[in-house]
Amino acid sequence: MSGNTDKQSHAILDNLTLYYGPKRKFVAICAGTGCRAYGSLKVKDALEAELKKQNMADVDVLATGCLGFCEKGPMMIIHPDKYFYQSVKESDIPEIVEKTIGRGEAISRLLYRHPETKKTLFREEDLPFYKKQLRAVFGKNGMIDPSRIEDYFAIDGYQALAKVLAEMTPEQVISEVKKAGLRGRGGGGFPAAVKWEGVRKAAGEPKYVIANGDEGDPGAYMDRSLMEGNPHSVIEGMIIGAYAVGSNHGYIYVRNEYPLAVENLSKAIEAARANGLLGKNILGTDFSFDIQINKGAGAFVCGESSALFASIEGRAGEPRAKYVHAVDKGLYDKPTVLNNVETWANVPLIINKGADWFASIGTEGSKGTKIFSLVGKINNTGLVEVPMGTTLYEIIYDMGGGITGGRKFKAVQTGGPSGGCIPESLLDLPVDFDRLYEVGSMMGSGGMIVMDDTSCMVDVARYFLEFLKEESCGKCVPCREGVRRMSEILEDICAGRGREGDIELLETMSAAIADGSLCALGGSAPNPVLSTIRHFREEYEAHIRDHRCPAGVCKALISYNIDAEKCTGCGVCVKVCATKAITGELKKVHTIDNEKCTRCGACIQSCKFDAIYVK
Amino acid sequence: MTKPISIAAKTRQIVKKHGNAKGAVIAVLQDLQEAFNYLPKEALKTAAKAMDVPMSRIYEAATFYTAFSLEPRGKHVVKICKGTACHVRGAAILQDRFETTLGIKPGGTTKDGLFSLETVNCVGACALGPVVVINTEYHGQVTISKVDKIIKKINKEEGAQ
Ligand SMILES: Cc1cc2nc3c(=O)[nH]c(=O)nc-3n(C[C@H](O)[C@H](O)[C@H](O)COP(=O)(O)O)c2cc1C
Ligand code: SF4
Ligand code: SF4
Ligand code: SF4
Ligand code: FES
Ligand code: FES
Repeated sequence: MSGNTDKQSHAILDNLTLYYGPKRKFVAICAGTGCRAYGSLKVKDALEAELKKQNMADVDVLATGCLGFCEKGPMMIIHPDKYFYQSVKESDIPEIVEKTIGRGEAISRLLYRHPETKKTLFREEDLPFYKKQLRAVFGKNGMIDPSRIEDYFAIDGYQALAKVLAEMTPEQVISEVKKAGLRGRGGGGFPAAVKWEGVRKAAGEPKYVIANGDEGDPGAYMDRSLMEGNPHSVIEGMIIGAYAVGSNHGYIYVRNEYPLAVENLSKAIEAARANGLLGKNILGTDFSFDIQINKGAGAFVCGESSALFASIEGRAGEPRAKYVHAVDKGLYDKPTVLNNVETWANVPLIINKGADWFASIGTEGSKGTKIFSLVGKINNTGLVEVPMGTTLYEIIYDMGGGITGGRKFKAVQTGGPSGGCIPESLLDLPVDFDRLYEVGSMMGSGGMIVMDDTSCMVDVARYFLEFLKEESCGKCVPCREGVRRMSEILEDICAGRGREGDIELLETMSAAIADGSLCALGGSAPNPVLSTIRHFREEYEAHIRDHRCPAGVCKALISYNIDAEKCTGCGVCVKVCATKAITGELKKVHTIDNEKCTRCGACIQSCKFDAIYVK
Repeated sequence: MTKPISIAAKTRQIVKKHGNAKGAVIAVLQDLQEAFNYLPKEALKTAAKAMDVPMSRIYEAATFYTAFSLEPRGKHVVKICKGTACHVRGAAILQDRFETTLGIKPGGTTKDGLFSLETVNCVGACALGPVVVINTEYHGQVTISKVDKIIKKINKEEGAQ
């Protein structure tokens, strides 16, 4: 079977070398969700029109997926010089086309300026945000217009699949992935190869392969960015996995809020079919496999394996008992491999570069890289991909550029609603599956929400418990009632109705919920509470004993005040206050009536003189 | 414009597109929601019959998933991102403002049918947080005064018609 495969894949590549040389002039412009929100599609249209106008229509424009540094969108990279332009506006386009594309000159105003050294930096790899990253999985986004399979071919796309089909038995594929030490990127960190081996050996036909693109962690968007920006890497990984376990049918389960991911994946699947990479007799072999997309419908619990199966089967997404394993009885009760989107995207890399290469990156127990979504009160918001074992400090300060507004770091939340808050004293923690677990959090899918001294840890715990209360499917009592009760206690504490003993009560309840819940939603629901109690106990105590919210967040415990020294009496705040709580004569110091004030926060945002403060 | 077709006919079309398969319940509901902006009872009944699944199964799915609405939604759907990144950047304050100005809670629709308020958990534009999505348009770094402007603008556009 191998001869045919080789010929086909080589034919594809021979065609491409002509077109994708190192000197190729092209512009990668980010059309990821973040940059679209900044208006990048308009910038792209303007660019294409201007290229025509200046007779350079042969310059290729790639509308790529997320390039990582979303903070600075819309961004573009201009090849072959690889100039990195940020916050590009439509009005910049004529100059970019004339000077940079036409004559290879950089426009310094659009380049990144180092915030400390003030030096102008030309290329992506010079920027502190990118410098320490190892973008093995995610870095390809900049070379690919996801609607064109040719772009993926040009960066050795589907070479791993060709190699697998031509040279490797399914067992060899599994043993390569095992040797690499690939662990699942969706949360649990379960070794992928062990799961695959189980499904390969399981009795029962057909077998299914599924990519989990539900990405429920609120604040995490790396899976979306892979599905949107490099859909073929996920598909190629799945095909290889299907070959390894002996499956002919796959599903990608995509979160409801991700229409662009669905669109780009659908196009990619079509293109893969058209190129003989999906469907019957893939690359001329006797292996057949195809993929179908299923959209979620807005239920966090559907990221859980058995709930996800139920959802694909068209039912309400309720988990089932833990002792039934997906390996034997998954989708439609058949042997099923479920892996996270990022897990799948790592597979072609392992085949191409080898298990030894992969295993050389990372820590003892966690190999390879991980993409994190670095968000919240951080200067450089975006997606970073780093070797496992990189410290939190490096991620937050070296790449993230520290806290916005020069404020003080307080905590970083990882692992989403199943994870926890990590305090400043642990910033030197090397990030991997096991170390995060040890400090009471977890890797989760890779959300990293940075918080400063204006974030209240009790409020954060309350926030997650409220989230989980709403998302609990209600099937089992410890989770349904327990999480609701914990959420009420936290609400009380935030409202100034906390009582002595609440902390201990929360701890006791946590243990019961973790033990008695059917699925991991309930099982890990106490984590946000336990980790904040563990690391920020004094903040709970301030709420309960002193009726004080040190961060100034919990409405019932704060008051809005005007600093007489700073108030100029401009009267702006009076206009925005819906309850008429602010009074004062023009040009004289104003005051807030705390009886009338609903603590809506409008005035503080409106005051240009920083005169209003929370106490 | 093509001739308007009845809810039942449109529903049958959608069911057919999904090959009348029982597993397609959710996909069918998604398409129905897209076609009608909510799930009209007539559509659900027609779908149950056409797919040969009990009405209870359809209802179970329609009520379990938050993406589905059994009530008609407003002309402009305001979605406030309540993902963690937006939460720590003050999304709750914005939600307050929308709630008090529009006089509705998430899940509600104003009496004039102009606005529906919803919350979502992360729309993937965390760098722009706090984010509010109005219909399909993203608004980033939203402040209270931006909220006021957005509402005013829509009210004005609608009133001017
Ligand atoms: C409540 C809950 C939500 C989950 N959400 C997701 C998710 O959004 N994406 C994901 O990949 N895994 C999620 N998981 C983990 C999956 O159940 C499963 O372990 C994972 O998809 C397996 O893939 P992996 O081994 O490649 O990580 C969730 C688990 C639970 C309990
Ligand atoms: S633990 Fe919660 S989400 Fe999981 S099955 Fe029980 S009630 Fe449902
Ligand atoms: S906006 Fe600020 S400066 Fe102006 S009156 Fe209000 S508190 Fe004083
Ligand atoms: S917080 Fe809101 S209600 Fe209170 S004074 Fe300021 S604007 Fe008025
Ligand atoms: S969406 Fe453009 S860089 Fe992330
Ligand atoms: S948390 Fe609001 S867009 Fe991500």
